Formats: sequence, structure tokens, C-alpha cells
Amino acid sequence: MALNRMSAADAVGKYIKDGDQIALGGFTVNRNPMLMIREIIRQKIRDLYLVVHSHGQGMELLIGAGCVKRVELAYGGVARFAPTGHRFKKAFLDKTIEVEDYSNFHMTLRFLAGAMGLPFMATKSGLNTDIVRRSGFSAACRGTDRVPEHKLKVIDDPLDPDGGEVIVLPPLKPDVAILHAQFVGDEGTCRICGLTFADIEQAKAAKTVIVTCEEIIPEDIIRQEPDQNSLPHFMVDAVIVAPFGAHPTACHKFYDYDPVHLNLFKNMAREDDCFADYLNEWVYPFDSQEAYLEKVGIRNLLKIKANSALGYAPGLDRR
Amino acid sequence: MENYTANEIMALSAGRLVKNGDILFAGTGLSMLAATVAKRIHAPEAVVFFETGGIDPSLDELPLAVADPRVMVGTSINTSLVDALSLLGHPKFRTIAFLGAAQIDCYGNLNSTLLGTYEHPRQRFPGSGGACDAASMAYGVIIFMQHQRRRFVEKLDYLTSPGWMTGGDSRRQAGFDRGGPIAVVTNLCVMKFDEHTKMMYLDEYYPFTDPGKVASETGFDLDISRARMASPPSESELATLRSGVDPQRLILGPMPTSQAAADKF
Repeated sequence: MALNRMSAADAVGKYIKDGDQIALGGFTVNRNPMLMIREIIRQKIRDLYLVVHSHGQGMELLIGAGCVKRVELAYGGVARFAPTGHRFKKAFLDKTIEVEDYSNFHMTLRFLAGAMGLPFMATKSGLNTDIVRRSGFSAACRGTDRVPEHKLKVIDDPLDPDGGEVIVLPPLKPDVAILHAQFVGDEGTCRICGLTFADIEQAKAAKTVIVTCEEIIPEDIIRQEPDQNSLPHFMVDAVIVAPFGAHPTACHKFYDYDPVHLNLFKNMAREDDCFADYLNEWVYPFDSQEAYLEKVGIRNLLKIKANSALGYAPGLDRR
Repeated sequence: MENYTANEIMALSAGRLVKNGDILFAGTGLSMLAATVAKRIHAPEAVVFFETGGIDPSLDELPLAVADPRVMVGTSINTSLVDALSLLGHPKFRTIAFLGAAQIDCYGNLNSTLLGTYEHPRQRFPGSGGACDAASMAYGVIIFMQHQRRRFVEKLDYLTSPGWMTGGDSRRQAGFDRGGPIAVVTNLCVMKFDEHTKMMYLDEYYPFTDPGKVASETGFDLDISRARMASPPSESELATLRSGVDPQRLILGPMPTSQAAADKF
């Protein structure tokens, strides 16, 4: 099976349309598919409907650049670098995006329901909280544009009369899942090293799966340790080679998160004009990953380069 | 002048609540320090795990995020969100979750979502993340808070994570067969919950403050009748925390002023 290998620009052009529902892979400061995110911004895709658990540098950038209309999420922040994402917070308070709050378990179960082809998934997590009682999406948008008819429902345990109440959650079946992996075989088998977060469930739930990766390696090599693989080759629709493709977030075994860049971003994300400067300096000018990495600079890349035994950069100044 | 900081006594006070063999659901910040210092001092068999899926990492360097690559190293197993969050509710294990929040009420219910309403928001916080799940499913919860009246409120703007709900038996009535907050650790004191009413009371105040000050910084009526003064951190506890757990002071922040002055000579 031939690998559908392409550039990020072609992948956005071919697979991502205004209004699409997109699941972003990664978690806060780790394995965000940043090359694809910058390219989505450069191509001025609009009205995206993001479905995520805990995001993250990538979500901050997409919201800040005006690409997003709607978000279903559990957490919007960049860990210690911005406990609440500045662009997410501003867009929420200014009501330029609509936000629906769930928990991490809720969002993960919803992706799993999508991946399993189930009509709902049940949990007791969150009973009697405002996550259950309140809704951030308007009643008018319910049932339109892929917005689920119900945020969730609380029902009596259908099997055990003494089981009490359970929450049932609607499945997620995003138009596109975008994730960044360490390795893809040259027939498409995908390997994520370290934690997979909910990337595998997101990919299995999505109609189209786009994977950016640090390296493409021979398929027979990646099949020598199939226990380590994350997705079978035929599930991956497009592959983009992207060395340092998650920068400034981390990619286990390849590089750490970039504290210098994340601090710079944190400061530039606070105000609209500074954030516009960030986009003009760090996003719009670069039509290739190589050009972007030249801007980041070899010294910074070497600072975050992972130790091959540890998978991160020991002693990195992370203040 | 104390020879320790509020962050240091908070980490150590929370660490003292950990039992050997506990399965600890850690966030970052002080909860990382509390979990790690407890492991080094009295609970070597405690296990630290992260909602992202890292189970029992070696933690040679402090993670600054639950998705830090440092939570993926030296682990017993690397898994995923669905696996790690499922572990929270495993009935066989005493899973203890450390949580923080923007607001807390007298029953230990937490808000980490917003102030105001969706229609008229005044402030936005990151949201639940895994906090609602931990508060719902874990065996117990230890809460870190900065002690300010605006955070200790009569009524939450938004109930993100369930504590003792409306007190008494209400948590069980709501459908949670276990769990609930064990303690609230602040920069002034440690508070616990009455066995019957499930209302917060002052258990121990730090030597540099007093019950009156704690009550005045709390936005609801606080029972201070059972309050005792906490014992200050021992030299060996401080040494473990400072040199063994956070030598770069990434989370601890600045040294106490008296100590910083002494270090110059």
C-alpha cells in the first residue's frame, strides 16, 4: 500500500475546509501537531469546530488567529506557561467563540464511543455538577452543524434498579483528526512513543486521519516490533514528514518543550496587537518546516534536543 | 521570621496526609512536591500517576505539566487518558487525588471553570481537565488553595468538581459510592471536614498565623473551635524537600528571606 505522503500545505488544501470539526492530538505542552496548525492559519481556514480534551498550545494559536468558531473541551491552557490560555480566555470572555465544557474522562469516552460506533457512553463522573446542569452552547445550535442534540443526559441505570443515575454522553466523529507521531512506516503504520493521550481514540473516531511525523521509516522495520505500534497502516489517510513538527511542544524521545518559546508566546498572547505580531513573526512567513526551524535557530533546537536514553532534555532551564 | 516558606509548609503538610501504598493522582505544582516528598520521607511504596497515562514515573526531574515528557520515563507502564482516568475509580486501590481550584465552598466543592455565567462571564479558568473525574471517582481528594476570601465563597459561580455536595449524606445520594475531600491545604492552614455535617473546619494553623486570621480570610463561617497549631517543618523534612525534590526551586519559588540572607555569608 503506497503512502499518501504530501506537504502540510497540500494536506490542508485537500482535507480541511471551513467549518470542519477537528480533533487535535497531543495534550497541553506535548505532541501538538504544530506544523499543520500553522498551515491551517496560513491558509485562513475559518469557523473550525474543535473537539479536544486538554489543549494546549495548538488550540491557543488557532483560536487567536480567528480560525475557530466552536470548542468542546475539558481544559484550555498551556500548563505552567499559561494555566488558562490567554487567547482562549479572551475569546471566551469576548464571546467570539462558543465553548462547551466537559471533563477529560467525558471527552475521552466520547472519542471512544465514536471509535467503537456506539450511540453513547455512560459514566458517573460529574453527576450533580454544573458540567451536567449548564450548557455553553446556545439552544439554537443544538442539532445543527454536527452539534449534538444533547450535551449529555442523566438517566436511571437501565439495568440495575438500585444503580442510581448515570450520565450518557454523545459520541464524537470528527471530520478530521490531526496528530503528531514519532514514526510512520512507509506504508502508513503509525507509532506514538510515550503516552498516547487520546490520540488513538481520536484517530479511530475520525473520518479523515492526518499524521505528521518526525521520521518515515521502512515498513518492515516498524513491523519488527508491532507491539509498539499505535495505528494500522490503512487508517492513516495522509502523512507529512515534520521534523520538530510539534515545536514548541514536546515530542518524547526527540525533543523537550521549548521554555524560551513558550514564555515568549505567553507574553505575546496577552494582548491583541502583540499576538498579531507573533503571527506575523512566527506563523505567516514560513511556507516550510525548514524555514520555520531556521527562525527557531539551531542553538534553541539543540537546547531542547532529547537525551536518547531519557527522552527529554535533562537539565534544561525550564524557568 | 520563619526558616521556611508557605509553599514549603504546604507541600509538607499535604505530604503528611499521604499513606504508604496510596495511589496518588498528581497534578503539577505543589501536588508534585507533596507526592514526591511523601515518597522520599515516609511513604516509599506510594505510587504517583498522571491523568495523561504515566504510571509511577521515576521523577528524576520534576515535571512542570501532566503531559511533561518527564512523566513518561521510568514508568511501570505508559498508557492513555482512558486508562489512567479509569484507574481513579478502581475499587481495589486507595487513590488519592490532589486538586486545586479558583473557588471552593464549605463542603469542598470546587470551581475551576468560570466566574459569572456563560451568558455573562466575568472570568474564565481552564476548566475541569481531569479534576471533575478525580473528585467524582477517587477514594479521597486533597485540595490546595490560596487562602483568600474571594476564593473561599458561600456559593460557587460554577460547580466543576463535586466535594461533599450539600453536606451530610448528599454526596452518596448524588450517586457517588466513595470519595470526597479529605483536607484543604492552604498557605495559612490545614482544614478538614466534619464527620457528620461534612462542613469544613480549621484543623491546624501554621505557626506564623492564628485562627482569627484564618477565619477572616474565609468567606463563609468557619468552625475554629478544634484548631491546633501545626508543628513547623523539621530540618530533615526541609532538607529532603529542598535538595532532594526541587533543587532548582521550580515550584517552591524563592527561599525564605531569612534563609536567603544567611546563605550569603
